[in-house]
Amino acid sequence: MMARKLEPLLSPADGFLPRLRKILSRWPLHVILIVTALLWMTPSIGLLISSFRPATDIASSGWWTAFQTPFEFTLDNYSDVLSQNRMGQSFLNSLIITIPGTVVPIMVAAFAAYAFAWMRFPGRNALFIFVVALLVVPVQMTLIPVLRLLTDLNMAGTFPAIWLAHTGYGLPFAIFLLRNFFGALPKELMESARLDGASNMRIFFRLVLPLSVPAIASLAIFQFLWVWNDLLVAMIYLQNPELAPMTLTINNLVSSFGTEWQLLTAAAFISMALPLVVFFALQRYFVEGILAGSVKG
Amino acid sequence: MPAFLFVTVFLIYPVIDTLRISFFNRNSTEFIGLDNYEYVFTNSTAQSALLNNVLWLVLFTVLAVGLGLLFAVLSGRVRYEAMAKAAVFIPMAISFVAAAVIWRFMYAYAPEGFTQIGLINAAGTGVGLEPIAWLVEHPLPYTDVTLPGPLHTNNFALVAVGVWMWTGFAMVILSAGLKGISTDILEAARVDGAGEWQIFRRIILPVLSPTIAVVATTLVIQALKKFDMVWVMTAGNFETDVVATLMFKQMFNFSDFGRAAALAVVLLAAILPIMLISIRRFRAQEET
Repeated sequence: MMARKLEPLLSPADGFLPRLRKILSRWPLHVILIVTALLWMTPSIGLLISSFRPATDIASSGWWTAFQTPFEFTLDNYSDVLSQNRMGQSFLNSLIITIPGTVVPIMVAAFAAYAFAWMRFPGRNALFIFVVALLVVPVQMTLIPVLRLLTDLNMAGTFPAIWLAHTGYGLPFAIFLLRNFFGALPKELMESARLDGASNMRIFFRLVLPLSVPAIASLAIFQFLWVWNDLLVAMIYLQNPELAPMTLTINNLVSSFGTEWQLLTAAAFISMALPLVVFFALQRYFVEGILAGSVKG
Repeated sequence: MPAFLFVTVFLIYPVIDTLRISFFNRNSTEFIGLDNYEYVFTNSTAQSALLNNVLWLVLFTVLAVGLGLLFAVLSGRVRYEAMAKAAVFIPMAISFVAAAVIWRFMYAYAPEGFTQIGLINAAGTGVGLEPIAWLVEHPLPYTDVTLPGPLHTNNFALVAVGVWMWTGFAMVILSAGLKGISTDILEAARVDGAGEWQIFRRIILPVLSPTIAVVATTLVIQALKKFDMVWVMTAGNFETDVVATLMFKQMFNFSDFGRAAALAVVLLAAILPIMLISIRRFRAQEET
């Protein structure tokens, strides 16, 4: 492996033989990498293939035999699970839960983050350290009192309840991430805007927000995935099959039809589809978000 | 500020109230002192959940960080880096619930003599081993040895799924850290005749150690809060309960909010040191 970087120094005329030797000397590296990558993808591929196989085939043969003859694939699993098992409704529910559950916390957090970054008020640093501390508070600590509170307000089992809950839980991370980003904007820019007589509101909407699109995008992806993939919060605050998001419906499918793989695989893939699209379309922001906020619990 | 309203209602007030509830009886009408905590530390189910969490904490964190680091270092040396990394990273984007379905299928079990549709048992029986009910069994695979406490096959099977999901996370952060190491230093070390292993031990590890610490903290928090995956895969049966699943059962199956609250407080107590560390790290960052 050592030879790789030295080669150009020693033999600038990179001939065929040295190059071949270089490739051969590194074959263990390639084998390890490629095998691991394939290994990592195998389970997901198995799910995807199975979701297109007829129920009898799934139950009687492994998915890796699917490409032998007789060659049988079907879309029935998807139409079944969407029509009979509330997956269609759950998909909508997931959207209804996730969109406000992403937009509201980001809006609220953006104001707070601006205040933390660019406004002076007593106790600012102490309060922000408090936010950092809240980042790691396990959600379990809050379940009982919040459930009781929502029940008292007659809100348990409604969409607004879960929007509010996701807003509350998402805020510390959102404030933390945005405040760090806002704080890194050039000071001169803020000061000159202020000298020109711009109000805080104006600076926030005209200057800070447009400059922060990348940070907001990564935050949005995170909050979106977090809410979309959540099971626990939905299980606690949304005990109502009519309003259940996909995670909850799949969980119920697993407990009632644990071995009906044609349903489970199709359902699981439907729930994965949107996050995968988001991931592939916005991979760059996704990775940036991870790098910016890896303290989040 | 609306933000403070939300944070107060959904985080600060509940934390305080959960502390209070943990000293009360099942429906919070009567003060019972430390009885709930006595349950958490002496009841055998609760003890097993605590030990399982310890297993998660150690094994999951070490494996995810280790594999993530290995993969970050290796993939940085090839031209198809982005593709190799995406393969490992994709599980991060899917839900624990979907991952649980995927792996229940991977671990699927049929008695000997029947067709194995789970890949792992099919591979095992393919080379002449007996099929194993991975999510149920306690003895070590293919032996009669049963290790004590949380060291059961089904727990290992669950931890493996967690590692499958979170290695990508560790890899992405560590690989960004690696990119920050100047190539001049590495070149210079190579010219001086340092082997790849020496370079890893003497240069890469020390430079990356703060990053590794950040990744490990995040994974520790994940390990402590683990709920979704265990819940969907085994519902905590066969002694795979962790604190979070046991808490859920105490709330909804046994309606004992006092015990549930005490379990949550134990989680918070375990996370407190991490909270202090992250505050200190944040302060250090602010000063620079």
